[in-house]
Amino acid sequence: MLAGAEVPVRADGLGRDPSYAESVNRGPFLADVAVVGGGAVGLAVAWRCAARGLRVTVHDPDPGSGASHVAAGMLSPVAEAYFGERELTGLLVASAARWPAFAAELTAASGVDLGYRTEGTLVVGLTGDDLAEAQRLWSYQRDLGLPISPLRPSELRDREPALATRVRGGAVAPGDHQVDPRRLVTALRTAAERAGATLVTGAVRALSDLDAGVTVVAAGCGAAALTGLPVRPVKGQILRLRAPDGGPPGFRHVVRGYADGESVYLVPREDGEVVVGATVEERADTDVTAGAVLRLLRAAVDLVPELAEYELVEATAGLRPGTPDNAPIIGPLPGRPGVLVATGHHRHGIVLTPVTADLVTDLIVTGPTARTTADPLLAPCTPERFAGQRRPG
Amino acid sequence: MSHEGSAFELGGVTFGSRLILGTGGAASLHALEQAIRASGTELVTLALRRVDTAPGMGGGLLDLLDRCGVRLLPNTAGCYTAGEAVKVAHLAREAFGTDWVKLEVIGDERTLLPDGVELLRAAETLVADGFTVLPYTSDDPILARRLADVGCAAVMPAGAPIGSGLGVNNPHHIRLIRQSVDVPVILDAGIGTASDAALAMELGCDAVLLASAVTRAADPVAMASAMRYAVEAGRLAAGAGRIPRRFHALASTPDEGRPAL
Repeated sequence: MLAGAEVPVRADGLGRDPSYAESVNRGPFLADVAVVGGGAVGLAVAWRCAARGLRVTVHDPDPGSGASHVAAGMLSPVAEAYFGERELTGLLVASAARWPAFAAELTAASGVDLGYRTEGTLVVGLTGDDLAEAQRLWSYQRDLGLPISPLRPSELRDREPALATRVRGGAVAPGDHQVDPRRLVTALRTAAERAGATLVTGAVRALSDLDAGVTVVAAGCGAAALTGLPVRPVKGQILRLRAPDGGPPGFRHVVRGYADGESVYLVPREDGEVVVGATVEERADTDVTAGAVLRLLRAAVDLVPELAEYELVEATAGLRPGTPDNAPIIGPLPGRPGVLVATGHHRHGIVLTPVTADLVTDLIVTGPTARTTADPLLAPCTPERFAGQRRPG
Repeated sequence: MSHEGSAFELGGVTFGSRLILGTGGAASLHALEQAIRASGTELVTLALRRVDTAPGMGGGLLDLLDRCGVRLLPNTAGCYTAGEAVKVAHLAREAFGTDWVKLEVIGDERTLLPDGVELLRAAETLVADGFTVLPYTSDDPILARRLADVGCAAVMPAGAPIGSGLGVNNPHHIRLIRQSVDVPVILDAGIGTASDAALAMELGCDAVLLASAVTRAADPVAMASAMRYAVEAGRLAAGAGRIPRRFHALASTPDEGRPAL
């Protein structure tokens, strides 16, 4: 449960007065809301808050250059559902359900095409061992009642003839969609600015430097230094290929699965890009290594042979903000009145962007004192769960 | 459960638990921490290359292991030559401040079985360099003896290929290894479920090292707990003097004194 009742938000009237916007506008602060971090999550919070009439500033030395820049953009609550993470799965499902409306609204507000695609996701296994791994997981997902259905190898190739004939089998998760995170960031930035938010290009060294009624820390891995919360960098290396001759890729579904024990995903965009990801490494550097590129490409080409002919456009590494239990941290920061946290989204930042923005905006507008009306989705996300692991922030 | 009588000595250190856990494969650090605690282990392995030892990385694997109060056993996972493994062992000694090393020198990437020739060479070098060397070896009793001869603190034969979960594929060789060396024998790799761990202990192993069987189980905490009891059960059974296998049944209740009705 949200245990933030004793944490008052500094902006006058927040959470008490239905005409909060008028109240905060008379407050002594330069902004009602200062958002630290201009990635997908931070910009979405800024957009939502600005659209509700709050004065918003977003602080980032280079907006959209963090985890959002490297993310693949899979909106995949079903295929990402893993043993022991039922609450997180619930949050992923809830956020994915908000994506269609979120995408439509954002496209209308920004005029930017997000590259949102709804063909669904195929989960495949190359060898017998690979298929057994995949089956084990989708059996679990089916047991949870999530929409994923096994396909015969022939059905699989009917859907995606580009799949290697060696692929032993798979399943389809029709509701697991995708979006282009770079277009998303552009759209959010445009929409936020159109709604009145101000982008301040610069790093925030300490939260006390900000002059705002409410501060939202959406700084990804940077949140650790600002808040003391256990957010650690989890390195991911990821590739971007391009289909030859300016055409679209030869497959339309997101393809993910295992190839000789390597886990890989392939995300085809209509503009010809295919994202191949990703490593998961407990490291803080952003070096691209030959071995990782080799393993990713080998697995990718094993599953979809035509990728060997694609141009290798980009090999990058980024740092996911990881938490001890893989779930994000969303809510009031204990002991720091007026500070909300929205970070630790790990592998799920893009899919969780709509729900995070909504939850944070509601907390700001309704106020964290509204304990009884706190959204149950926040329950697995509270900063309090890491009380014992916090360092001096 | 009391540790009385179950303690064993490895490299001059006494351990209450005979279960050694690897840290790879867990879905989250939280799941790993719970599994470590449930297993009762006092010694965990980790790969140098998996850990960024740069300071200021709060909430990471090293913090977690520190919190659990377990001893670290760095490994040389991913090395294919003696030279490489020796270098990684030295780096690990610098990084983690321990001269213990789980020596892995892999022979080929499909089986991940050890390369005996390179392994023996690396073991000899590292023993001379003052390391406490715990080599991951095959189930070859001769190689195990050679490793013990060059001064390894234990030998750690594979039950089956790493991550395969196939159990103990050559129980007889594990028994032979137990009889051919005086250092502790630790079954390392291949364990799939609790009965595999119990079997290893019944065969005379002093301890069991496993990772995936716990970290990749659907419920790692339950499996960690299962392994803890399996290792203990196997150890007790090994010393309890099992009955001989018979071809025909032998009633456990004698016929004598039965009332003639």
